[in-house]
Amino acid sequence: MAVTAQEPVTRRSAFRRPTAETGIWSWITTVDHKRIGILYWLTAFFFFLVGGIEALLIRVQLSRPENTLLSADAYNQLFTMHGLTMIFFALMPLGAAFFNYLLPLQIGARDVAFPRLNAFSYWVFLSAGIFIYSGVLLGGLPDGGWFNYAPLNLIGPDPTATEAAGQIAVAEANHISRMVFYSIGLQIAGIASLASSVNFIVTILNMRAPGMTLMRLPIFTWATFVTSFLMLFAMPVIGVALWQLMFDVRFGTNFFNPAAGGDPVLWQHMFWLFGHPEVYILILPAFGIVSEVLPVFARKPLFGYSAMVFSLIAIAFLGWGVWAHHMFAAGLGPVANAAFGLSTMFIAVPTGVKIFNWLGTLWGGRIRLTTPLLFGVGLVAMFTIGGLSGVTHSIVPSNYQQTDTYYVVAHFHYVMFGGSIFGLFAGTYYWFPKVTGRLLDDRLGKLHFWLMLIGFNVTFGPMHLLGMDGMPRRIYTYADGMGWNFWNLIETIGAFIIAASIAVFIANLAITRRRGEPAGDDPWDARTVEWMTTSPPPHYNFEEVPQISARDELWHRKYVGGATRPPVRVPAGASPDHDPGESAVDDQAQPAHGPGHTGHADIHMPSPSYYPVIAAAGMPIAGWGVYAGGPVQVALLALGGLLILSGLFGWVLEPSAEEHA
Amino acid sequence: MAETEYDKEHTHPGVGQYVEIGIILAVMTLLEVILFESFDRGFSTQVGIPALIVLTILKFLLVVLWFMHLRFDHKLFRRLFFVGVALALLVFGIVGANFYLGPQPGF
Amino acid sequence: MSDMSAPLPGTDYEHSTSLGLSNNKMAMWTFIGSECLFFGALISTYLIYVGRTNEGPTPAGIYDVPFTSVSTFILLMSSLGMVLALAAIQAGEMRKFRTWILATGLMGATFLAGQFYEFTVFAAEEFNLTTSPFSSSFFVLTGFHGLHVALGILMLLAMWTASMMGRLPQQLHTTVENIGLYWHFVDIVWIIIFTVVYLIPAATTAPG
Repeated sequence: MAVTAQEPVTRRSAFRRPTAETGIWSWITTVDHKRIGILYWLTAFFFFLVGGIEALLIRVQLSRPENTLLSADAYNQLFTMHGLTMIFFALMPLGAAFFNYLLPLQIGARDVAFPRLNAFSYWVFLSAGIFIYSGVLLGGLPDGGWFNYAPLNLIGPDPTATEAAGQIAVAEANHISRMVFYSIGLQIAGIASLASSVNFIVTILNMRAPGMTLMRLPIFTWATFVTSFLMLFAMPVIGVALWQLMFDVRFGTNFFNPAAGGDPVLWQHMFWLFGHPEVYILILPAFGIVSEVLPVFARKPLFGYSAMVFSLIAIAFLGWGVWAHHMFAAGLGPVANAAFGLSTMFIAVPTGVKIFNWLGTLWGGRIRLTTPLLFGVGLVAMFTIGGLSGVTHSIVPSNYQQTDTYYVVAHFHYVMFGGSIFGLFAGTYYWFPKVTGRLLDDRLGKLHFWLMLIGFNVTFGPMHLLGMDGMPRRIYTYADGMGWNFWNLIETIGAFIIAASIAVFIANLAITRRRGEPAGDDPWDARTVEWMTTSPPPHYNFEEVPQISARDELWHRKYVGGATRPPVRVPAGASPDHDPGESAVDDQAQPAHGPGHTGHADIHMPSPSYYPVIAAAGMPIAGWGVYAGGPVQVALLALGGLLILSGLFGWVLEPSAEEHA
Repeated sequence: MAETEYDKEHTHPGVGQYVEIGIILAVMTLLEVILFESFDRGFSTQVGIPALIVLTILKFLLVVLWFMHLRFDHKLFRRLFFVGVALALLVFGIVGANFYLGPQPGF
Repeated sequence: MSDMSAPLPGTDYEHSTSLGLSNNKMAMWTFIGSECLFFGALISTYLIYVGRTNEGPTPAGIYDVPFTSVSTFILLMSSLGMVLALAAIQAGEMRKFRTWILATGLMGATFLAGQFYEFTVFAAEEFNLTTSPFSSSFFVLTGFHGLHVALGILMLLAMWTASMMGRLPQQLHTTVENIGLYWHFVDIVWIIIFTVVYLIPAATTAPG
């Protein structure tokens, strides 16, 4: 569509279209998937640090027996928020950061299918984080553990507040408000995930570059696709459970209260129906990242691409049939326990396929030992340990022994930290040059990796031993003479080694930002099309949408041969080197152009918008309305609802992209 | 979005067919109510309830396949919808079975 | 360039898609797939709790099936109104389109009013959110369905208003189709609720 309209655009909405291209408003109103990806990453990394500080406090409290640094109440809030923060506000959005930034680049698109919905997802996620942490000022943070079992999530009062009889009512009210922050906070976060999942699914199905068939998709895009389906179907289930919890604590319904005929086991079913797919939502993005990183640094194609794709799908499908293995101790009966034990063992098979394919990718490769590769190999090794301890949980009698001990804590940290976080750091080191145009320092990166690997194993390895020795999880302190003192102290030391490794990473970011080595378009000699464009990519991603004729398109453009003889690099021309020091778009960009408009008259990009952030801002306000009482409640609910509705209406009525004179 | 190539090739049912289906739906709803009322007059629920369920499934399919055009539309849309339906039936079927057939509280 | 080339509300900035399908329509079907799990969770909660009445009203004792049948019928017919509206805009008959879209919205509003009336009657009979797990699951399920109907009515009225103001040209019939998909989905959920929530429990439980 040519952009030659002669008359100025008629104003269709209450606001003028935002026009800032730099500065804070350009970030608030942006609909560019790359900027949204950066916002996701920065916000999620902030929450990662918050969750990490919570973890350090937990570890300091447990470093010696009968410690009094934290009260039981404070400890309960900290371990609950550590779990919620890491899962919903760090790992999931870090995955979303990679999805956002890379997905359109990897499939050769200019943006996602619904750019404003994408911005909406980010702002809703941020408002969920603000909302749930606002509980600090309003009666305390959620304190029932991340899975918040009924009926503990319904009954107060808190043990520490009961000393004076008159405080019981206050404590009970506090407890209820904490559960409001849990239920509404996660509800809002779920809306963000649901919106992104719809967006990513449509983008992958419908926005691919010409020639990009499904079996030519980069494997990370496949991971995004499968993860999006998991989110699509899992979020409504937890959504219903959270609404029911909210009605129970705030409006007196009887869903989970056994005293009134409700059934706490229903909460467990609903939670884990969501919760187990959620585990795969957290790990599959990391799997996708590692499946991109290993081939590049082994200089071999990914071993068994189609097996990798089908194992992703198999994991996602089987992931829906294993939820009750979290509930073996709830008394579901021998038939259910046996069936879910069996299905849990089955899911190890596609996961094992992935492990062996990664090994097959590395085998015989000409390996370059860079930081992304180290983190990738770290994932393969650490996740395998966590996966094997996971299989031990599937054996029901053994599970009775392990459940609610530190053995379980060790297991899920090996898969979530050893799996997800190692993978996400591999992705960060790998794609950082694409995002910023500068390489992260490799020596500091290696220091980061080794400190983190050592600290991680020192922290979580001994938890296997403590768990087998019977140390229960979620206790705020323990008696002297249980034989747990030594390993707890070691674990605390390990936690600080992890903290040091993160400090190295932050130093690396700070140094590289100013003095990093310029990256060029394709610093790693990579295989996928995001490396064909400049670093950082222009607003419109590609000057020309690439025509895809092979899996690993970029590799095939750079090299000939490979199947029967060593690949030979195609001489100049195929991969023009830009001087990365210069602006990538300096030959086209005209500052006179408005937003949503690039130097290329034929590339028409969506325009920034105020409405996603307006609609998102209404959600926590309505949430505070549920927390409050009386006329304030009505006012806040009305204000929040009005903001959401007016944001959505303004959004629908303004065009996605503005025409410019 | 402007009319896609796909939409041009695929026609939706016409007005006449819409009205026919509307009438069938209305009659089926009437049948459901008659079945329900007949239980009071001694009609067997063992026959009547399966009949009610069959009627519901038929109504469901009529709306989905004709009013929502799934019968005439791209197979992708059919898959997206029926994957959701099948997954919901599967997992909540298992949850329900566990509540009704599993050990009861106080075992 | 004439006004016709200005982007219309709801249009995509990218005009060709990999599968030749509308992005918006695909998003709507994806969302509806997700909603199956949402209502699946609510309905199965109801089915698990339908027998737990805490000595309060039972399904047979509280439901007014003839009344609900009428409102069910109205909601079902609103789906017919929706497809007739779609057929009208596809044929370019804008007056007819507006008539049917308004009729659909009004039928939806009648259904909602009926639900509101039903809830007030129930409340007067000491059957409310807090009576029993049965009552909680009933009100939360039908309440969320009602919320979906209300959102649908808002969208229908918005389309009617836009059309009256000349802002919903015939090319946007796929927007009408997408909102129609949502409306029909809300209707099929009620088709299931009518049988599974009202008829079968009312036929199989003892009154009072």
